[in-house]
Amino acid sequence: MRQSMIRKTVDQLRVVPNLTDYEGERSRFSWAEARSELEDLPRGGFNIAHNAVTRHARGPLRDHVAFRFLSGDSASTLTYGDLEAATNRFANVLAGLGVGRDDVVFVLAGRIPELYLAVLGSLKNGTLVSPLFAAFGPDPIATRMNLGSGTVLVTTTELYERKVAPIRSQVPSLRHVLIVPEAGEPLPAGTSDLTALMAASSDSFDIVATRPQDPALLHFTSGTTGMPKGAVHVHEAVVTHWSTGKYALDLHHDDVYWCTADPGWVTGISYGLIAPLVHGVTSVVDESDFDPERWYGILADQQVSVWYTAPTAIRMLMKAGAELATARPLPDLRLIASVGEPLNPEAVWWGQEVLGLPIHDNWWQTETGGIMIGNTPAFDIKPGSMGRPLPGVEAAIAVRTDDGGIRLLGDATEGELVLRKGWPSMFRGYLNNPDRYAACFVGDWYFTGDLAERDSDGYFWFVGRADDLIKSAGHLIGPFEVESVLMSHPAVAEAGVIGKPDEVAGQVVKAFVSLRQGFTADDALRMDILAHARRKLGATVAPKEVAFLDTLPRTRSGKIMRRLLRARELGLPEGDTSTLEGGGS
Amino acid sequence: MDDAELRSAVIAELRTIAPEVDGDEIRDDRPLRRQVDLDSLDWLNFLIGLHQRLAVEIPEADYAQLVTVDDLVGYLKARV
Repeated sequence: MRQSMIRKTVDQLRVVPNLTDYEGERSRFSWAEARSELEDLPRGGFNIAHNAVTRHARGPLRDHVAFRFLSGDSASTLTYGDLEAATNRFANVLAGLGVGRDDVVFVLAGRIPELYLAVLGSLKNGTLVSPLFAAFGPDPIATRMNLGSGTVLVTTTELYERKVAPIRSQVPSLRHVLIVPEAGEPLPAGTSDLTALMAASSDSFDIVATRPQDPALLHFTSGTTGMPKGAVHVHEAVVTHWSTGKYALDLHHDDVYWCTADPGWVTGISYGLIAPLVHGVTSVVDESDFDPERWYGILADQQVSVWYTAPTAIRMLMKAGAELATARPLPDLRLIASVGEPLNPEAVWWGQEVLGLPIHDNWWQTETGGIMIGNTPAFDIKPGSMGRPLPGVEAAIAVRTDDGGIRLLGDATEGELVLRKGWPSMFRGYLNNPDRYAACFVGDWYFTGDLAERDSDGYFWFVGRADDLIKSAGHLIGPFEVESVLMSHPAVAEAGVIGKPDEVAGQVVKAFVSLRQGFTADDALRMDILAHARRKLGATVAPKEVAFLDTLPRTRSGKIMRRLLRARELGLPEGDTSTLEGGGS
Repeated sequence: MDDAELRSAVIAELRTIAPEVDGDEIRDDRPLRRQVDLDSLDWLNFLIGLHQRLAVEIPEADYAQLVTVDDLVGYLKARV
């Protein structure tokens, strides 16, 4: 029978977890001490790539496999020594092109080895690097490269031709496009062959003497209004990746670890790239698309022991049925963790009952750079809860007061989840947008934009977003970016975009549009608007549904009331409509 | 149904999910998801849609072998 709590069994804890004394470890923990478990550069300075790669390549892990890349039926491996040489080559390519510390490298690719090499090589070169999601359409790509003033883009022939060539002239800062060519395909005009450049470069490189507070990674995240925001993370962030890999993912040196997140998003970088390497474990990367049978095959064949995945994937596996899940035993698997959006209790239980392991939900976001709150292996899970703050993290529930201050709230009271400043992977700015950055903080507290509650046992529970951002399949989607593209369709007069609850993806993007005079609301037009949005935004960001309305509800100041669209869609009470245009009095 | 009719049905179903697709531009021997932007949800909905349109059971265990239009047509032809 299902209880409100999942207690761990002896078998589930056959490997002694790194975190077994929650209170003690939290009270003893200091970030300075965590930092001391990592290495400075030999001649001073601190760099993520040194701790992820070079440190191991110069030690006993030199011949240990860092990555197993799977693609279709083929597989290749890179040891820490191989990774050192190949990332040095990439860093030398950048240096040879005159790309330095004032530049920004963007990477746009599937889960291919070169993407990982490019990120690490850029870090070695002291160049800020920013991943783009390969499923973005041309518009989100151009917007982000312009916001970041990208000077270098690393991508593939196919993605370049489909998504970058059409907008390249709109990105004037872009000086170099480095292509990972496909065998037999000609190189697009105006690009360079990365494979050839790397082959011609030296495999030794002295890592640039970055300081702990120097920018390293730029992760874009969506805003409710206006353009996406580029969250800047610094080299010191690796201390959080180290400590959370230890506590939340419980990485041990002999683990085979699989993070299914795409490196186009922060999870795929923080936990698909950095955390496992810093821990010196072997990581599996699968280039292929999601497929239930393939995934179970990978868990079994690769002998995965720690698996970090996402709610949407878990719910798709649940739909695929228990028969597929149990077709092959998974004796090596000992920990499953999930992030992206809140994991529903049924999914946590499904893990326990079908796979024999409960799923450990955790919480963090682009701005936090790493896991802040989590269910961890040694402790009971309350299904549906995001868990408790990790060592080094102070979390609370609060509200902003009218005078611009903060009031902390007690247990069992809904408010905004806030974190006390000072963890190393905290974002250090929104690129070129100091006002929006400053608005996230009150005193020592960072306001996350997520509404939550804490129970009397110290477990946090997600309630919803404090704003209109949409969480679909783990991706945060800004309604404004979608609405802007919809409005660029000749038939659309106004557009409002909401997240519609979906049993697989958590939410899907649904658009409401009203039409200009002379256009008729019919299926052909609906499909034309959908096609327009998909072409520009890509499948992940574009709406899954488009509905017509005669007019959209607006406030008297003219803002579209997405809250009201959402309430109507869900059949919920409409709440306070006193600011509605034509409503109240 | 012959191959051409099955291909039309596949493209028609695809266009309900991704109406931007031009069926003439799809290369039948290349992975569909490398030519058309389809996220995991789109792909799932596409296969469910094909099942409903053609009344062919497509168990999840078979999804992995359905990569190209040729794969889909061959698979459906054996079952319609």
